[in-house]
Amino acid sequence: MKVLIPGLLRSYTAGADTVVLPAHPTLDAALRDLNARYPGLRFRVVDEQDAIRPHIKMFVDGELARRLDTPLAGSAELMIVGALSGG
Amino acid sequence: MAARKTPPVAAPKRTSLLIATRKGLWALGSDAARRSWKLTGPQFLGHIVHHAVADPRDDRTMLAAARTGHLGPTIFRSRDRGRTWKEASQPPAFEAGSGRTVDHSFWLAAGHASEPGVWYAGTSPQGLFRSTDGGASWTGVKGFNEHPQRKTWCGGDQDGTPDGPKLHSVLVDPRDPKHLYIGMSSGGVFESSDGGADWAPLNKGVKALFQPDPDPPFGHDPHCVRLHPRAPDRLYQQNHCGIYRIDRPADRWTDIGAAMPKSVGPIGFPMVLHPRDPDTLWVFPMDGSDVWPRISPGGKPAVYRSVNGGKTWQRQATGLPKAQAWWTVKRQAMTADQAPTVGVYFGTTSGEIWGSRDEGRSWKCLVRNLPHIYAVEAA
Repeated sequence: MKVLIPGLLRSYTAGADTVVLPAHPTLDAALRDLNARYPGLRFRVVDEQDAIRPHIKMFVDGELARRLDTPLAGSAELMIVGALSGG
Repeated sequence: MAARKTPPVAAPKRTSLLIATRKGLWALGSDAARRSWKLTGPQFLGHIVHHAVADPRDDRTMLAAARTGHLGPTIFRSRDRGRTWKEASQPPAFEAGSGRTVDHSFWLAAGHASEPGVWYAGTSPQGLFRSTDGGASWTGVKGFNEHPQRKTWCGGDQDGTPDGPKLHSVLVDPRDPKHLYIGMSSGGVFESSDGGADWAPLNKGVKALFQPDPDPPFGHDPHCVRLHPRAPDRLYQQNHCGIYRIDRPADRWTDIGAAMPKSVGPIGFPMVLHPRDPDTLWVFPMDGSDVWPRISPGGKPAVYRSVNGGKTWQRQATGLPKAQAWWTVKRQAMTADQAPTVGVYFGTTSGEIWGSRDEGRSWKCLVRNLPHIYAVEAA
């Protein structure tokens, strides 16, 4: 699947705005794969209790995913977004 | 204090300051006379950098605690005095299943001289973490984070200061790596004699005017606690409710803020000790009256110095704005260098660095127009 990387995470991906991953069953599995490729990325967007951080949004094929166990089967795109977070 | 032997003072050398701000990290370096200063940076532009510290044990390692508005907290490490940085592989994080999350790492402290590579981090909400590999990976100090009394001491993770409750002032006894102190806002000062396996409160004599019990065993709000490196039985604290000194093994703090002028008061965030004279210290008072404006009292910033352990205080404001200056100085944003005539430095909430190369007698603005400054450390 295609993962769209926001600007605020591109220091991890050497500037890449898109990363292609193999199919994963859940959002959690996709993020762990992403972290294996780009160490440290996951903890910046997911806390130690496996909650997506408050100002990060993840959309799976355009649908907001609130939990890491969100299924990805058959999904084509994961979009990670930095939402509004103050001045 | 009693007469003491002090080793010879080192020859003058350049001073470097690490300036952690709400929008990134800068460095400010001087010439040997500390007359000419050069600002470099930013690094981590856009990151909220709560603290950046150089390792006094090797003169090349630096750690910076950072997060952004969106991204979670991490720690960056440099092994070449800040030229290049690498992110920690395992930043401070509470145990999975504990229900707690680190909002930010707030305080960084190098470990004992006999333990190269050991670092401590204090977090918001209150957590204590330790690294044994120079800050690459961090694990919780279970003796504190999982102490059965921790929640009673600290209150809930939503309680505490407006910017989140904090564990700060991690102090290591230079005589004994297992003898530690921490400060917590809120929670108070705590001591461990076994490397952090167990902790006991050390708050007798300290006011907690926001508590129903005027002299509770814990729940206080120390803003900044310092241990004198040459007289490690002497500690000072700038507290939410005054200024205090303790000389161990005594277990009761002495109120040394009462000697401050009534028009200024004993409230502030930072506190700095003279690197060689345990009787000399500096504070930067703020307005803690009424609704706690937390700015320089009357808009007239001033440093106060004591040379007798807090018995008396002298105002040191020569060169500082005389009126209409409404900034203040946060708890990590004041420091001293090691020069024969000590340089004292502070960073303001309005992004200015002020320095004195004559122990506070006169002040000069070294830098303007930085972001809100959180921490200034001599490197």
